Amino acid sequence: MSGPRPTPLLSVSGLTKRLPGADRPVTVLDNINLRIDAGETVALTGESGSGKSTLLHVIAGLEPADDGHIRLDGQDLAALDDTGRAALRRDRIGIVFQQFNLIPSLTVAQNVVFQARLAGRNKASWTAALIDRLGLAEHAAKYPEDLSGGQQQRVAIGRALAPRPALLLADEPTGNLDEATGDAVLDLMLELVSETGAALLMVTHSQRLAGRLSRILHLSHGRIAG
Amino acid sequence: MRRTALLALLSHWRHHPFQLLTLVLGLALATGLWSGVQAINAEARASYDRAASALGSDRPVLQAATGTIPESVYIAMRRAGWKVTPVVDGWIEAGEGSVRLLGIDALTAPPDFAPAGSLEGGAAADPLGFLMPPGRMIAAPDTARRLTAKELPPVIVSDAAAPGIVLADIGIAQQLLRLEGQVSRLVLAEESTATLGNPEDFLEGLTLNAPQGSAGLQRLTDSFHLNLTAFGFLSFAVGLLIVHGAIGLAFEQRRPMFRTLRALGLPARTLTGLVAAELASLAVAAGLLGIVLGYVVAAALIPDVAATLRGLYGVPVEGELSLRPAWWGAGMGIALLGTLVAGMGTIWKIARLPVLAPARPRAWARADARLAWAQGAGAALLALVALGARAFGEGLVGGFALLAALLLSAALALPLALAALFGLTARLARGARAEWFWADTRQQLPSLSLALMALLLALATNIGVSTMVYSFRLTFDGWLDQRLVSDLYVTAADAAEAERLRAWLALRPETLLPIWRVDGEILGRPAEVYGVADNPVYPANWPMLEALPDAWDRVRRGEGALVNEQLARREGLNPGDRLTLPGGAVMEIAGIYSDYGNPSGQVAIGLPRLVALYPGVERLRFGILTDTPRELARALTEELGIAEGQISDQASIKAFSREVFERTFAVTDALNVLTLAVAGFAILTSLLTLGAMRLPQLAPVWALGLPRRQLARLELLRTLALAGFTFLLALPLGLALAWVLLTVINVEAFGWRLPMYLFPAEWLRLALFALIAAALAGLWPAFRLTRLAPATLLRIFSNER
Repeated sequence: MSGPRPTPLLSVSGLTKRLPGADRPVTVLDNINLRIDAGETVALTGESGSGKSTLLHVIAGLEPADDGHIRLDGQDLAALDDTGRAALRRDRIGIVFQQFNLIPSLTVAQNVVFQARLAGRNKASWTAALIDRLGLAEHAAKYPEDLSGGQQQRVAIGRALAPRPALLLADEPTGNLDEATGDAVLDLMLELVSETGAALLMVTHSQRLAGRLSRILHLSHGRIAG
Repeated sequence: MRRTALLALLSHWRHHPFQLLTLVLGLALATGLWSGVQAINAEARASYDRAASALGSDRPVLQAATGTIPESVYIAMRRAGWKVTPVVDGWIEAGEGSVRLLGIDALTAPPDFAPAGSLEGGAAADPLGFLMPPGRMIAAPDTARRLTAKELPPVIVSDAAAPGIVLADIGIAQQLLRLEGQVSRLVLAEESTATLGNPEDFLEGLTLNAPQGSAGLQRLTDSFHLNLTAFGFLSFAVGLLIVHGAIGLAFEQRRPMFRTLRALGLPARTLTGLVAAELASLAVAAGLLGIVLGYVVAAALIPDVAATLRGLYGVPVEGELSLRPAWWGAGMGIALLGTLVAGMGTIWKIARLPVLAPARPRAWARADARLAWAQGAGAALLALVALGARAFGEGLVGGFALLAALLLSAALALPLALAALFGLTARLARGARAEWFWADTRQQLPSLSLALMALLLALATNIGVSTMVYSFRLTFDGWLDQRLVSDLYVTAADAAEAERLRAWLALRPETLLPIWRVDGEILGRPAEVYGVADNPVYPANWPMLEALPDAWDRVRRGEGALVNEQLARREGLNPGDRLTLPGGAVMEIAGIYSDYGNPSGQVAIGLPRLVALYPGVERLRFGILTDTPRELARALTEELGIAEGQISDQASIKAFSREVFERTFAVTDALNVLTLAVAGFAILTSLLTLGAMRLPQLAPVWALGLPRRQLARLELLRTLALAGFTFLLALPLGLALAWVLLTVINVEAFGWRLPMYLFPAEWLRLALFALIAAALAGLWPAFRLTRLAPATLLRIFSNER
């Protein structure tokens, strides 16, 4: 007989998010419930406008929810103010954006260690290994604008994983890359996630890529289907 | 097609009203300050012309070395057939100061003699009233208001009259000036000089001077006007930096629109023409606003300018402003020219824009290496020009060329210097936040560089000019303390009163020091010759710059003369040189003394020598050494019947001189503040414009865990750091500017060189001002950042950009 389920890393219950519409508010997320355990990799799929990115943003504390609760390691995001949510992101969450959103004034190496240093958890040997594993060693002193799209996305992944976050949120991390580069980037991301023990919630349009993760959630009209 | 395209182009401004405001206000400020200064200059020059006509200096003039010509000489010349008209010239009390009174003979003045001409505006209606006692005085409105003394004849106000000059019949003027039987000069009709021989033969010491016109006054005040023009140009350049930034930003934001319009079939030439027409319309609107602003600036400053010209140069200028069509035209012209200069690069880019040029919303703000090199080379070249101007430049133009090259070189070098500085701070920074802060600050430089250049120019000018003014003030105060040796000054009403004063004081312990002088020409320029009494107070206090060892003995013996610094510098005179005085006497120069604030050359010789050379010298003014000036003044009034208005004490003369000094530099202060305000506006507009464009850089940092409040604090801190570092760089530049002003410009303009003093407290005040201005400019964008909806930042992470 199996024991009680461990406390989930992320639990979302009754989450509702409304955005201003032309006449009245539009419900983008409608009573979402989900849980993700440590080390789990979850794909979030759905058609355009289904609310995938919004769900990711609300979980990251980038946007407040209108109803419901989000708990990360038992910490309720609704109880935190802007500064508290910023601290939670800094310390526990890594984010990979589709547009990379690197900091143009910092070098590749500085970008990778940026969040880890903000969180006060920069471990030089780990970030050096990370830069090496991501194939960025020879580009470390370059600026983001000098890199290709695939290279920039690898920098973004490195930046997100450098502080060894508990939860990695990735918003279509391969959406701007060709298939081969996208596959290579995902391979690397899964490998590193597995090594760090982080959970991954990844938004993707691609069923093929989603199939490589341990679980798929499908979002339709603001609700999790199935 | 054109209309549709134009409407599309104009729609940009509807969506970016603040950018439109920035462009129009920047241009209006630039035009306003420029045309305001031009209006002041035009007004002053018109006054000089009127004054020159009123004084008869546009005709040949006969003058005597003794200062006055007996009326009998005039009568003899008329009988001999000379077309000559007498003029009596002197000063009468008016309000807090005095005005110049000209007495003319309306019957003998030629019809085109300007003072007679100006009678038409005033006395034509009552010619007998003008000629017969008590007579009438004619004055410009501003001057007439100051004529309040009861004993003066009724005043007729005339717009045609020259400022600061009161006109009366010669008989009336002789009475008021106590010059009965004397005239100050005889004005000749030019045609009579060629036919009747030499008019100088009528009296020994009579000299014929060629007409000067207003050139003398203009030459005297050239430096002042050049100074104002330089300020106007500086403000204009600062304003153009704003306009250039706004036009460049509008271009980059509209680049996709230009591309689309071209792709839809609009020819490049039409597009260029439409953008040029759009800019020209904006320039006309901003120009009109600027001219109105200029009028307001000029009207506010002109009373102080008039006071400056009266106080520092002794030149009368009306303290009121009239509207001149040429000035409107010039204002509009400069607005269009400024827009052309600021927008030329953009128009050129549009003309050469490839149809498929990609949109690069931040390209305008990104400095590429080539631009940095070009800027560096430009700065180095201008630094060389400055060195060349210092080594080989001559006159005021050379001095201002040095200043302009120095300022522009520093402005061009500023972004490079700041980039190097922030590169260093980024390397030295510890912690991710500090590293990002300095690296990001460095990245912001190209987009803020125009505003920072404007701030650098404004701050450096402020430091330079205030160092000059404060050095001048300190030197002037010390000089006044030294130079005003007497405790009381008395001007006797006539020779009899002067004699009574002498006799009365001979029985008292006080010492009487005659202050007598004659005016004449030395080395072809107007100059004053003073007599110095033999009293130890002079050698003990007179501020000498250079002197022979026994200078005062030579003066006492009547062998040596002292000359003021401006005369010595202008003519290249040194102690030991020989100098010809008015009337032909030659004396050795025994020393050179400082004489700040005096526009004329001046010579001091022993009093007995002055009386011997110029027996007709007016002997009415005296200084008195006393320990009890108040009691003595009271005694002079009560016992000798000398009017209070004829007595002034040292303290009130000092106070008056200092007041003149303060008013003189009020204009400079006002222009300083205006230039700083324009620079502050440049920073504000740059920061507000950048506010929205900064989001792609700030959003990821926020997402990675830096709260908006902290980001806002860092943004504010960044503005302060930029202003602070710019101030640090402006400080040496400002001091270099002060050095040039004191050692090159002042010497050329006024003829005296001032010692340079440093005023760290003043720098601190200015640094605080710069930081407060930067904080105010940065506060609103920072506040907006704290209030920014997360949704706005999140848009950066989606495809909505």
